[in-house]
Amino acid sequence: MVLQSGTKRILKLTPDGLEQILDVLHKIGFETIGPTLGNDAIVYETIGSIDDLPQGWTDKQEPAAYRIIKRNDQAYFGFNAAPQSWKRFLYPPDRTLFRIRRKGKGLEFMEQEENTAELALIGVRPCELEAITIQERVFTSSEQRDDSYLAVRKKLFIIAVNCTSSGGNCFCASMNTGPHAKENFDLALTEVVNANEHFFIVEIGSETGLSVIHDVESAEPTEDEVETAAGLVRQAESQIRKLDLDTTPKLLSANLEHPEWDEVSKRCLACGNCTMVCPTCFCSTVEDTTDLSGKLAERRRRWDSCFTLDFAKVAGGNFRTSPRSRYRQWLTHKLSSWVDQFGKSGCVGCGRCITWCPVGIDITAEVQKITGT
Amino acid sequence: MSETFVDTGTETGTAMVPSFATIRKITWETDDTFTLIIDAPQVNGLPFSFKPGQFNMVYAFGTGESAISISSDPFKKSVIAHTIHRVGTVTSHLSRLKRGDMIGIRGPFGSAWPLDKAAGKDVCIVTGGIGIAPLRPTIYSLLRKRSEYGRIIILYGARSPLDLLYRVELEEWSKMPDVEVIVAVDRGDSSWKGHIGVVTNLFSYIKLDPRASIAMVCGPEVMMKFTIEELQRRGFAQSQIHVSLERNMKCGIGLCGHCQLGPKFICKDGPVFALPDVQYLLERKEL
Ligand SMILES: Cc1cc2nc3c(=O)[nH]c(=O)nc-3n(C[C@H](O)[C@H](O)[C@H](O)COP(=O)(O)OP(=O)(O)OC[C@H]3O[C@@H](n4cnc5c(N)ncnc54)[C@H](O)[C@@H]3O)c2cc1C
Ligand code: SF4
Ligand code: SF4
Ligand code: FES
Repeated sequence: MVLQSGTKRILKLTPDGLEQILDVLHKIGFETIGPTLGNDAIVYETIGSIDDLPQGWTDKQEPAAYRIIKRNDQAYFGFNAAPQSWKRFLYPPDRTLFRIRRKGKGLEFMEQEENTAELALIGVRPCELEAITIQERVFTSSEQRDDSYLAVRKKLFIIAVNCTSSGGNCFCASMNTGPHAKENFDLALTEVVNANEHFFIVEIGSETGLSVIHDVESAEPTEDEVETAAGLVRQAESQIRKLDLDTTPKLLSANLEHPEWDEVSKRCLACGNCTMVCPTCFCSTVEDTTDLSGKLAERRRRWDSCFTLDFAKVAGGNFRTSPRSRYRQWLTHKLSSWVDQFGKSGCVGCGRCITWCPVGIDITAEVQKITGT
Repeated sequence: MSETFVDTGTETGTAMVPSFATIRKITWETDDTFTLIIDAPQVNGLPFSFKPGQFNMVYAFGTGESAISISSDPFKKSVIAHTIHRVGTVTSHLSRLKRGDMIGIRGPFGSAWPLDKAAGKDVCIVTGGIGIAPLRPTIYSLLRKRSEYGRIIILYGARSPLDLLYRVELEEWSKMPDVEVIVAVDRGDSSWKGHIGVVTNLFSYIKLDPRASIAMVCGPEVMMKFTIEELQRRGFAQSQIHVSLERNMKCGIGLCGHCQLGPKFICKDGPVFALPDVQYLLERKEL
């Protein structure tokens, strides 16, 4: 069909149309990555077709609890934030920075293979999309740059999926990051599935998105169909958990000695799970090794967590020994100093830190206690 | 990419990749502190150039990197110096290197001491231990353009007489007109005729007009705390006090998160700060 003109180009697609999109992406050289069913959880992996998607499954998330269960429909995207975010595709948990060889008295760099795969991410949630944008900001705002993030980001093709119901720990609505993706995608889908029909409303967000969908079978949606999809997304806006985006940054930095820091640190195990699952946490460390001959050295960058005991250690002492100070560093960085550093909150409200905290510490509840809101 | 010197341009994510530099000379300053003089590497194809107070990430082959201040004269372009206190893995490895060996350098990174702001003023430098290293380039710069500044007062504290760094230079500087160098040690020895005690005691031996002076402070965090208090007691405005802070650093360029103090990245917003930018943060325990 001919594409509708106007600023927002909206189409209707059947599941078969989505399959065709994957085919187009494969043909032009993209590796497609999307949600799959694995290890009793939703896992982002390479997918070959829509048959690899976790059709008919959903997840149930509560503080310290996650499980997947069957839905009573055949939705492809009927779940929320997967345990691991897309972070690892743009910012790998373990990356070789360089390898050096001894040569006589001197040293020389060794050739390094760069991963040149072009990735298409299928099913990025609005909050996750925002997390990608936030990390891009982090990795490009220094004068001295590490462009490895940008190199992957620039080549990404992103199919966002709007949420039509929210998970137990989601609070994207109050963080203004979801449940509807507004920008930074190539295509955005809203899935509509009911007794009679199963289709996607597609918003086109970029020229690449337009060209990918150009030859795919699609239809012009009726106003009713567009409204049905929009209504489902609005429904996802009602969430139990909330954070006040405007007052939280200032109130947190004004309450650095609040007694709740002591209380929460009695429960926090300082395990760092929250930082590992968080889609915006970016801290890293480096590890240097040599081979057995001592002639070949390698330096790797790995994800690190501000919860580790030696994170702030220096030769003369350790700036953050108590779990209280480490929890405080995490929370205040995420929700307060991040705003000073990068102009925006470092939290997108995906709820992962609540789900995957082994003792179920709820970031929104902690903020409410500490800021008295 | 197999030549010995590789251009580490920033286009391809290489701000994390060092340039190689050859050690020209190693001088032991004390039992546990040495100065590495290295051929200045090229950075992005340009000659190495730095401002006093900036640091490099210094890489020991296969062992790791440490943030080390540049301690040489910024006007000398062909070599740079690092004065290093041997405290752990990387600094020990560096201490075992010989002339002709190669190390890796990323930098220069970070902010500089405010030499512009010091113009026309008396400059009071207060340092302890290895803290004198990042201030030596400042001293060289002040001396080079001597007429642009007022008096230079250097208060320096060390553990013992044997731990004093740059002894010969300290003596030379002290003989220059309008330069005062006063040293205190925690523990003296039989030959020591100077002051014993903490560096803040030395303020009673100098005259300072706080309105016409600027202070630059670097040393262990407790020493800086007491020095700041003393300077404020003597009428220094917060804005005339500058400090250089140390934190754990893995990247030096604002990416690894390790060096944060509240909203500041010490590596890129610092390490040198005007006191009003950090005092409210330093007052908090374990921030
Ligand atoms: C901006 C800046 C400038 C500095 N300038 C100098 C200088 O001119 N001369 C000098 O001798 N030292 C300087 N330091 C301190 C120096 O970086 C550390 O002493 C050094 O990294 C310790 O490394 P190591 O491997 O020898 O010790 P390690 O084996 O790492 O261990 C010693 C201790 O230091 C801690 N540590 C690890 N990484 C760092 C780190 N990046 N910074 C501080 N402590 C760390 C370890 O956790 C451990 O407790 C500077 C530090 C900063 C932040
Ligand atoms: S802090 Fe928690 S809710 Fe916010 S983005 Fe990170 S994991 Fe998600
Ligand atoms: S808040 Fe929870 S997940 Fe995070 S470090 Fe503490 S115990 Fe672990
Ligand atoms: S040293 Fe890595 S962010 Fe400052």
